[in-house]
Amino acid sequence: MTDGALLRGRELAVWRGEHCLFEQLHFDLGPEQLALLVGPNGSGKTTLLRILAGLALPTSGGVTWKGIAVHELAPEDRADVAYRGHLEALKRDLTVAENLAFHASLWGRKTKFDAILAELKLDKAAHMRARNLSAGQRRRVSLAMLRLSGAKLWLLDEPTTNLDSEGRALLVAWTREHVAGGGIAVVATHQPDEFATRGALMIELQ
Amino acid sequence: MSAFHAVFARDLRVAFRRWSELAHPLIFFLIVVALFPLALSPTTQQLREVGTGVLWVAALLSSLLSLDGLFRSDADDGSLEQLLLSPAPMTITVLAKVAAHALVTLLPLICLVPVTAWSYNMPSAALPTMALALLLAAPTLSVFIALGAALTVGLRRGGSIVGLLVLPLTGPLLIFGTRATDLSINGEPPTAPLLFLAALAVLAVSLGPVAIAAAVKVGLE
Repeated sequence: MTDGALLRGRELAVWRGEHCLFEQLHFDLGPEQLALLVGPNGSGKTTLLRILAGLALPTSGGVTWKGIAVHELAPEDRADVAYRGHLEALKRDLTVAENLAFHASLWGRKTKFDAILAELKLDKAAHMRARNLSAGQRRRVSLAMLRLSGAKLWLLDEPTTNLDSEGRALLVAWTREHVAGGGIAVVATHQPDEFATRGALMIELQ
Repeated sequence: MSAFHAVFARDLRVAFRRWSELAHPLIFFLIVVALFPLALSPTTQQLREVGTGVLWVAALLSSLLSLDGLFRSDADDGSLEQLLLSPAPMTITVLAKVAAHALVTLLPLICLVPVTAWSYNMPSAALPTMALALLLAAPTLSVFIALGAALTVGLRRGGSIVGLLVLPLTGPLLIFGTRATDLSINGEPPTAPLLFLAALAVLAVSLGPVAIAAAVKVGLE
């Protein structure tokens, strides 16, 4: 698997002043691999995901996607990576459908998202302003954005937060389907058992 | 180009759904412009003499009021991260955001200026020049404002610092803008200062987005 690795982390270390979040972190992820990022609050899961997305820089070491440093990816290569963080990136004054249409056009996708909305049970909320959604619904819209991005690498930061059991099951199913279809997923979670599949890589942060 | 259109259209739509916020800088401008005659109790002639300067400074100050909306709200709801990560080039995204912002905040302000200039007893022959000078100054001003907003996007309360960053940069705009207006009030051709404003606009629009995109990236880290 190492030869076909697309996402590589080498000697990653993050220091916050005197305090070391993690160091000497190595990993190689190739197609059809799922990595689960576990660790207590404040152990650096979000920081690591932001580094993988190229939003932040590690204190030392580096992450490459197809051999190129993630924070220097060319615009067309950035389409490979989807990051969904704690913030859902919804404009409160736009409707769900408008938010999704904007996201799709930004990613250059013409996808019809009716099916995705129906799957997420959001079809009735499609024309509601995002400000009127519940926290769980907002999270579902965030997942819809993930789904329609068509990215190869999914970086998910505690994606099950605020989701009901049905939503969690759907997310797990999507993640498995994504990985089985040749994708890569890195998921930070407190419930690794939900996602666990055979061959999933566990990255444990202290 | 589709990315430009998408971001531009989205920002306009968000702005119009929050239209009451768009009115704040305009009302601020009208109040400042109305306060000066009260404080100075000038003669008609004096009013005409201070008019150009008062209107320009008031317009600059009011344009600063709206800048928090440029990147702050996108940073707060996570959209800015997604814009950075999306395959759309950040310089194009930034250019679209700045253009949309200028259209909804600076353009209404520029439309108000000739009206208030008339109340300052300025000759109506000079009004087209004044409007043109403001239009030419607007792109540069937008880029300066966006640069300030981008540099402070990582700070919790960036508002007052942005003023300190941006206002000194507006010196050249004020000098050339008021000069053009004064020249045309005195019946002389205002071409030279207008050309300077146009040159500054070209420079700001071509180089600005690169700097703003870099500043946003650093600000979010």
